[in-house]
Amino acid sequence: MVKLVEKTPAEGLLPLEINGISLTELVPAAITSLMPFDGQEAAASALLSSLLGMECPHPNRSTGRDGARAVWVGRGQIFVVGKAVDASVARHAALTDQSDAWAVFSLQGHGVEDVLARLTPLDLNRAVFKRGHAARSLLGHMSAVILRTGENTFEIMVFRSMARTAVHELETAMRAVAARDALR
Amino acid sequence: MRIRCPLCGDRDSREFTCMGHETYMHRPAGEGWGPAWDSYLHLRDNPAGVTRDLWYHGAGCTAWLLVERDTTTHDILRVELASDAKRGNA
Amino acid sequence: MRIESKGRIDADQPISFNFDGHGYTGFKGDTLASALLASGVKLMGRSFKYHRPRGVLTAGSEEPNALVEIGRGAAQVPNVRATMQEIYDGLEACSQNRMGPLAHDLLSVNDLFPNFLSAGFYYKTFMWPRAFWEKLYEPLIRRAAGLGSLSGRDNPDPYEKAFAHCDILVIGSGPTGLMAALTAALGGADVIVAEESADFGGRLLSEAEDIDGQPGADWVADMLDALRDTGRVRLMPRTTVTGAYDQGTYGALERVGLHLDGPADLPKECFWRINARQAVLAAGALERPIAFPMNDRPGIMMASAVRSYLHRYGVAAGRKVTLFASNDDAHRTALDLIASGIEIAGVVDSRPEARARGDYPLFAGAQVITTKGRKALSEITIRHNGSDRKIATDCLAMSGGWNPTLHLTCHMNGRPVWREDIAGFVPAEDAVPGLIPAGACQGTYSTAGCLAEGVAAAKKALSAMGGNTPKIEVPIARDSAGGSKPLWLVTGKGRAWLDFANDVTSKDIKLAAQEAFASVEHMKRYTTQGMAPDQGKNSNIGALAILADATGRAIPETGTTTYRPPYVPVSIAAFGAGAQGKGFAPERLTTSHEASRERGAPMIEAGLWYRPSYFPRPGETTWRQSCDREVLMTRNAVGVCDVSTLGKIDIQGPDAGVFLDVVYANLFSTLQVGRVRYGLMLREDGHIMDDGTTARLGDNHYVMTTTTAAAGEVMKHLDFVQQCLRPDLNVRCISVTEQWAQFAVAGPRSRELLNGLLDRQIDSESFPFMACGAVSLMGVSGRLFRISFSGEHAYEIAVPSRYGDALFRQLLTQAETMGGGAYGMEALNVMRIEKGFVTHSDIDGRVVPFDIGMARMVSAKKMCIGKPATTREGLKGAERQQLVGLKPVGAVKELTAGAHLFEADAAPVRVNDLGHISSVAFSPELGHFIGLGFLKDGPNRVGEVVKMVDHLRKVETRVEVCPPVFHDPEGEKLRG
Repeated sequence: MVKLVEKTPAEGLLPLEINGISLTELVPAAITSLMPFDGQEAAASALLSSLLGMECPHPNRSTGRDGARAVWVGRGQIFVVGKAVDASVARHAALTDQSDAWAVFSLQGHGVEDVLARLTPLDLNRAVFKRGHAARSLLGHMSAVILRTGENTFEIMVFRSMARTAVHELETAMRAVAARDALR
Repeated sequence: MRIRCPLCGDRDSREFTCMGHETYMHRPAGEGWGPAWDSYLHLRDNPAGVTRDLWYHGAGCTAWLLVERDTTTHDILRVELASDAKRGNA
Repeated sequence: MRIESKGRIDADQPISFNFDGHGYTGFKGDTLASALLASGVKLMGRSFKYHRPRGVLTAGSEEPNALVEIGRGAAQVPNVRATMQEIYDGLEACSQNRMGPLAHDLLSVNDLFPNFLSAGFYYKTFMWPRAFWEKLYEPLIRRAAGLGSLSGRDNPDPYEKAFAHCDILVIGSGPTGLMAALTAALGGADVIVAEESADFGGRLLSEAEDIDGQPGADWVADMLDALRDTGRVRLMPRTTVTGAYDQGTYGALERVGLHLDGPADLPKECFWRINARQAVLAAGALERPIAFPMNDRPGIMMASAVRSYLHRYGVAAGRKVTLFASNDDAHRTALDLIASGIEIAGVVDSRPEARARGDYPLFAGAQVITTKGRKALSEITIRHNGSDRKIATDCLAMSGGWNPTLHLTCHMNGRPVWREDIAGFVPAEDAVPGLIPAGACQGTYSTAGCLAEGVAAAKKALSAMGGNTPKIEVPIARDSAGGSKPLWLVTGKGRAWLDFANDVTSKDIKLAAQEAFASVEHMKRYTTQGMAPDQGKNSNIGALAILADATGRAIPETGTTTYRPPYVPVSIAAFGAGAQGKGFAPERLTTSHEASRERGAPMIEAGLWYRPSYFPRPGETTWRQSCDREVLMTRNAVGVCDVSTLGKIDIQGPDAGVFLDVVYANLFSTLQVGRVRYGLMLREDGHIMDDGTTARLGDNHYVMTTTTAAAGEVMKHLDFVQQCLRPDLNVRCISVTEQWAQFAVAGPRSRELLNGLLDRQIDSESFPFMACGAVSLMGVSGRLFRISFSGEHAYEIAVPSRYGDALFRQLLTQAETMGGGAYGMEALNVMRIEKGFVTHSDIDGRVVPFDIGMARMVSAKKMCIGKPATTREGLKGAERQQLVGLKPVGAVKELTAGAHLFEADAAPVRVNDLGHISSVAFSPELGHFIGLGFLKDGPNRVGEVVKMVDHLRKVETRVEVCPPVFHDPEGEKLRG
């Protein structure tokens, strides 16, 4: 029988490198939304910790272990990215598969904050928004999860259907920032 | 304009939408139409001074916020999660 | 005239540019105005109303006269201030507001009849006959009155918007701003310095003045190094802060690529939204003109501008210069020019007590009473000690004192305060929370005072943030601003201009007062004073003083003049940057997008989504042919349609059922696991918000569907109900729209098609109508729902989105072997209308359940959102317009959506309106148009004939009222 072929959200659009800043697509093994039920926050966090070695992060933060990550993405909501969440956690939290719902990008390079300053109202200043910090905000007109994973590296998540728009907006901003070299 | 979301912190106004006065949190009892429902749905004060509105952090954490602000100075005096306020009142 | 070795221009880098078709050469560092002045060009524009020849008045963004068009073709930009436009090789500039060449503007005929064009002229003159206004007067006035012109084409240049954040924003980089920035940075704050000009330093670059014993410009360079060394300061040149907004938000316009022929991707301008915890306003002051007769000739300039051109650009504004001033400060102009070898023909100081500060002829207690020279100043006449004297001169520098640049402090309703000692307005205290004015913008005019206030303001800002204040030594500088006495108006023969850009004279202000427009706000609107591109920067205070005099009041009694954002004109392109074309809204594409495009499907927008309209096949030349085929294909065999765009919301938790009972009018807590139910969602006012099906996947697990365009609104509503009304319910909601690619498979052969792909076969027992459940399809886990929006035996199959493209292609391949294929939105719409299913074109926000025959769906067993309101008077009964089907029975066989319904013999006017048609389709099965509409007491009028009138499209016909379900009214097909 024919097999259904998988496609990534930004298939064929990336990678892209402009003036030392690169935009690539990441394809995590799994993304699971975890929303603890009333009064179950601590229990959910403890179980997650025993299963994956990371607790549920506080608002605007992420935790990580062995290439997997737990990212705060909104009110009472965590995304576990990179590893599957065992069904036993469903005792304490609503688990929802989001593996196919998000386009995940890595934006990397010196001056990456300047690119994002064209698109998000967040203050991404290194002293304010540090490694491991996460925020739910806007990328252009799109709802986005923005996460600093390194000195010059951000991960950005937008809805899968908007992958092409996100790449277009990021590329435009990358080109505009690169063009400012002419001002030096 | 900026609002300090209790979860996300200080954020630009473009992430929020305003629904209106906090009255919307206080649904009248009873299933029959009457003056209480009319008032709940349609009648609002327009204070020059302190008021409390509901704002939705739709482009952020999706929390509904209860924002106390002064309509004459635009000062924002207090922001709390609407769910906390509702539980407190219940 | 260029003065060798003066100025900050780079004499080794000559630059060629073009003005009004003539080639000129300037140097790197020149503005268009300085380069033209250096080339001896004094005539740079024509005035707004009288088309008087005008030269440059200032050296800054407040310039009212030298407004030019830059660039050619689609990218042409009008009303650019020549004082702000830096030159680059190949720059093309054109004067504007003229008919014919600048030197011989045909419209200058207006200047011969100034009395006809005085204040209120238009209001008084073009009153009658009324019909002339639109056809004659307005086009004529528009032709004559416009300033620059636009190309009328899309501007291809890139513009951008961006966000910046800092602890302390310093607005301006003169002595005040630089000291504030250094203090703030040394205090540990992250600082942004926004400077309007290309170079930092403010007036220090335009004066011969020492700080700490070194020339001002050198001190500035050292300060910039010191600022950079802190690692905390972001210097933003060419950036004008345009507005102050709530909670420390500032708008700023950066001229990014207007000063060079840069790469294609380089934005022309960037509109910044700066978020600052505190800000220091160090915007300086603007020198004010004096209203004396014939004060508008090319060659008459602000004294400070003459010094700017000399010190910054190495340009002498004239060869034989005169000065007209009312203060000591302006005398520097004479001294500086003499030091550069320029002849001073006379200094006219209105103060009898004035003393010469150097070797120049001084006329103390004198005034300039008129001037001569049509296209350039040639002579002034002064009145001194009772006698008139003519002085030949080609440049008159004037100074009526200074006005603090307090504009930003007015943006949040602050009313400036009059200070008699400086005869000027200063910012009100705490006018903008967190914005601290310092230096000249609050009336401190000595350099030493500015330096000290810069330090103090930064310390205040640091303290407000709870930080430490560093120890800073204030440099030594000029500690006196000299004496000054205001001179507002010199009376005499001839017009004395106040608002140069809008051609408002002192006489206009007096006329306004005489005609009872005595309040400042009325006067401004009557005379148009302050409404030009400079927004009254040069004229507001003078006009106010003259109005005060005319009405016999003191200035503070007469009123204050306030300012609104933006401080300088901002191009619409900058405001709208990023939102042009594709940037206007994100495009949401389904996983089947590519496959649909490959099949030639045109896309239509549904919310942000793009959905295929129809799938044309060879030989089909109109959409109707494709649509008809797709309908019949689905009804007779099988059709496939991507329905992923419908909102899907995952709802989990012990109280999920109760929660759904609250948000839906009907019951969901009683729905069996593995079943789907249609749900009706109401607004609290009893009207329908949305509808859709909700499936129960487990005891505490539902998945709700919403209509495509309402998905966001419904999610917000669920969040509202959960957080604001029922936080006691233990329930969690999350959108799963993007997780699943979902396809409708509809038609008598739908099950056959699916069974070819499912790993375990289904039949009517395992999967009856309205069943749902997990399935495995070609080894992939998915969900199957037996629901139908077409009226056929139909399913919706959902798989994780990564498989969407592959599954869609596979479904089409299978369908095509069975005589079926893909159908688009047009066919979907036809089939749902045939079946009498409503969408948001029918439930348009004014419809209650009663209107669509669903009053009984509002469950009596529980409370829900909107239930009390449905019992309101007027929301049920025969008076309501209710859902009916309609078919044409008149001569015209077409129905149109939006047409209104009337009794067959009634006049088609509003009072006779019985309802309207909300959806129409051509039914290929029935062979005629059908429609859904809302008709007063409609269900009781089935079989009757009414009249349909579409006033917009001019269509009228007779229609028969039918039940809304045209196709398979018994529902046998969908259950089969």
